[in-house]
Amino acid sequence: MTGKNGLWIDIEFCTGCMACEAACRQELDLGPTEYGIKVFEQLLNDGQTFNYVPIPTDRCNLCATRVHEEGKRPACVHHCMAQVMEYGPLESLIEHMKRRPRSVIWSPVSRSSQRPYHDLEQFEFLEE
Amino acid sequence: MNARDASPVKIVRSTTWSAGPGCHGGCGVELHVRDGKLVKIEGIADHPYNRGTLCPRALALREYVNAPDRLQHPMIRTGARGTDTWRKASWDEALDLIEHRLKAVKDQHGAESTLFVQGTGRDVGGWLVMLAYNYGSPNWMQSLPGNSCYHPRLLAMKIAMGDYVVPDSSQFTNQRYDDPEWRVPECYVVWGQNSVATCNDGLHGHWIVHALKRGSKLVVIDPNYNWLASRATIWLPIRPGTDGALALGMLNVIINEGLYDKAFVDKWTVGFDELRERVQQYPLDKVAKITWLPAEKIAAAARLYAKGQPSALQWGVPVDFAPEGLTVALAINALWSITGNVEKPGGMVVARPAFGVTSYPMSQGAISKMYGEVMPKEQLAKRIGIDIYPIARDLHWRAQPDAVIDQIFSGTPYPVKAAFIAGTNFVVGAQDPRRWRKAFESLEFNVVVDLFMTPTVMALADVVLPSSSFAERDGVRAWWSPLTAQNTAVRVGECRSDAEICFELARRLNPGFRYRTLDDMYRFFLEPSGISLEEIREKGWIFPPKDSAATPYARHERGLLRADGKPGFDTASGKIELDATRMKDWGYDSLPAYTEPSFSPVSTPELAREYPLILNTGSRSIAFFHSEMRNIPSLRAMNPEPLVQIHPETARRFGIENNDWVWIENQQGRIKMRARYALVHPRIVLTQHSWFYPERIREDKDFGAYEANGNELIPGGLHSKTGFGGAQVKSLLCRIRKVEENA
Ligand code: SF4
Ligand code: SF4
Ligand code: SF4
Repeated sequence: MTGKNGLWIDIEFCTGCMACEAACRQELDLGPTEYGIKVFEQLLNDGQTFNYVPIPTDRCNLCATRVHEEGKRPACVHHCMAQVMEYGPLESLIEHMKRRPRSVIWSPVSRSSQRPYHDLEQFEFLEE
Repeated sequence: MNARDASPVKIVRSTTWSAGPGCHGGCGVELHVRDGKLVKIEGIADHPYNRGTLCPRALALREYVNAPDRLQHPMIRTGARGTDTWRKASWDEALDLIEHRLKAVKDQHGAESTLFVQGTGRDVGGWLVMLAYNYGSPNWMQSLPGNSCYHPRLLAMKIAMGDYVVPDSSQFTNQRYDDPEWRVPECYVVWGQNSVATCNDGLHGHWIVHALKRGSKLVVIDPNYNWLASRATIWLPIRPGTDGALALGMLNVIINEGLYDKAFVDKWTVGFDELRERVQQYPLDKVAKITWLPAEKIAAAARLYAKGQPSALQWGVPVDFAPEGLTVALAINALWSITGNVEKPGGMVVARPAFGVTSYPMSQGAISKMYGEVMPKEQLAKRIGIDIYPIARDLHWRAQPDAVIDQIFSGTPYPVKAAFIAGTNFVVGAQDPRRWRKAFESLEFNVVVDLFMTPTVMALADVVLPSSSFAERDGVRAWWSPLTAQNTAVRVGECRSDAEICFELARRLNPGFRYRTLDDMYRFFLEPSGISLEEIREKGWIFPPKDSAATPYARHERGLLRADGKPGFDTASGKIELDATRMKDWGYDSLPAYTEPSFSPVSTPELAREYPLILNTGSRSIAFFHSEMRNIPSLRAMNPEPLVQIHPETARRFGIENNDWVWIENQQGRIKMRARYALVHPRIVLTQHSWFYPERIREDKDFGAYEANGNELIPGGLHSKTGFGGAQVKSLLCRIRKVEENA
């Protein structure tokens, strides 16, 4: 049911601290260079634009086990250093966005069960 | 694995501090343990310090604790220092050897010939001083020129107002932001610190973001347009090292425009007229020239700060690193004092240990109370540096590091023979690191305590003892408030905590040692609180009552700051001394003044033609704490290579593009880093802090310690004349050029 819930992130106050990346990595038990959410930097030379925008990857399952079995908030939301993330039904997240327009709502759908992984190792022959 | 099939998870609640995230800590955490192994860390949702949140370093704790490259048993060197030649030893054998060697040094040369060396404010600090005093050496020290990390700021506050203050983020009450007395600072000055990448002494960096969210207007003083600068009302891209001039310029505006708090100044300060006279030497046009900041922007910042009801100010280590760091700190101290922001909700509040528990001794008074009068006066008088630096003699309790290095080389007035080094990697982290390495290479015997193999272990250790992360140890702590507990969740290999190591050695080295177990000692620490060890362990944190000396506000009015119980501050006059009489007694200027950096376009114009850029070293990454964590894969992935931040226009002038490898060179040497475009002042480049390559420790003759290490470019001898401050790591000169292929 992940499609009906989502993550709201206040871009005005996201500091790019990467706690969400680390929290997610621990929660989904990912390797050191794997991501369930990744933070991107937008820094323009216009004297105005400097933002960090975290984007869930296709591995984000909105912390299904944690949320539904343990009754906790998603790991990224819980640990976010600037406390700028909310989890919940999309309709309620829209209310956050109306209040704080410089923000995003993501509606991630974990594809891990639905889509095959493509074997990127197949490029190895190039090295020979 | 399905959670239902696995063995049950045990949850241990603890508090972060030191190894793990590396920081000075304070976050409440749940440590999840399965089959004796740490499997997870979570922030405690209702902990007042972090309210559930955690930084990526803490969240990587599992990886850190279980890292395959942890040192897991004591080792004794079998070959030459600098080579990877060791044999495994039992704790008994290693401790016997250390005991034997340190006793021999004491018998032949005196205990003062052994140094006890720490780095940043780790929990090991308190244990090291305990060990040093039980052994009989007064030479406990920090491995940093000029003690230039927080100590200059601490001492300036101590001298001027008798206490330490921190910005009030409601951190000293359990209700935090809901405390009805707390106010959101109207203006929040962030002075030389990328606070979102760090947590400091008494301040969690993101508390500034929480204030920003609640409406604080920011003034950010930083040569780099960092994220906080982008959210600031006023951004002041200052020329590094000129902080003293800026502070005096702001004081000039506030005083001459009558924006100070007259009632507070009259009632609670002395020396205002002298300060008023002094700041006349710093008119804005002069300050603008020195700092490279437009006069009207300085004035606007000063007005915003002075008019804030209240205003908070968070300062960073560049204050200490300014040529006369302690004096710069005095000037900034005057800013919050004359604006009446002291002990005011949302302003600056005194930080005192909860319940008077001193678990991190900072004074000889606390030390002797804790450990007994373990050292005769003649022995105390041998503390290195106190003959040169009267502030070190009267107000500080450690050996002065620059004097120590000089004495190692000179051997006078007495030789230095051995060192017990714990929680520091100064072969990488000290300025002029090769000189520090050479000094310690000349000693007869070095012990290094660490969790991982470091260049310091490789270069210097004769014996290595494997230490533990905070997840593997107990403790109680009141730094400052609330009182907190650390509880052991796991053990790794044969690793022991710094407390266990120092305790056991103190017991061996002092026949009169009066504690049987560490718990006995914790109970002794806790005595003034009336709280039992069991209770604090169970509760995790306890705040002192509202009317205690550790709880704001207006403690100077309520007679809570002075030993005699009278209203006032804990100084000779009972007031904040804007004209610091103690400085006069020691023969220094008692008023703040500006000192130009030793190497700059102003003081060395010839050199500046050859090296036209200002070199600012030591910028922080949230992935790392000082020189640590480059060996932790997920953290390294956040910042895989050492970066030099450079303005795109400057890069173009020097033929450099984003992501090129570049040489950064000056009269001291050169280092190699990856160029990263940033909106930093075009005449300034910023290099990341204390980089070394752990993956090269064994293959490279210098253990990967120097190639990307900004400290290589910093000459020695730049410490302040007071012995506190200087080192000037933020304000040097350099040039840059692209690394050519095969170069
Ligand atoms: S909701 Fe859970 S799975 Fe998704 S990004 Fe956050 S931590 Fe990762
Ligand atoms: S943890 Fe929060 S503040 Fe940090 S990068 Fe992620 S969303 Fe932004
Ligand atoms: S660095 Fe800050 S957030 Fe991280 S563990 Fe330490 S105190 Fe907590």
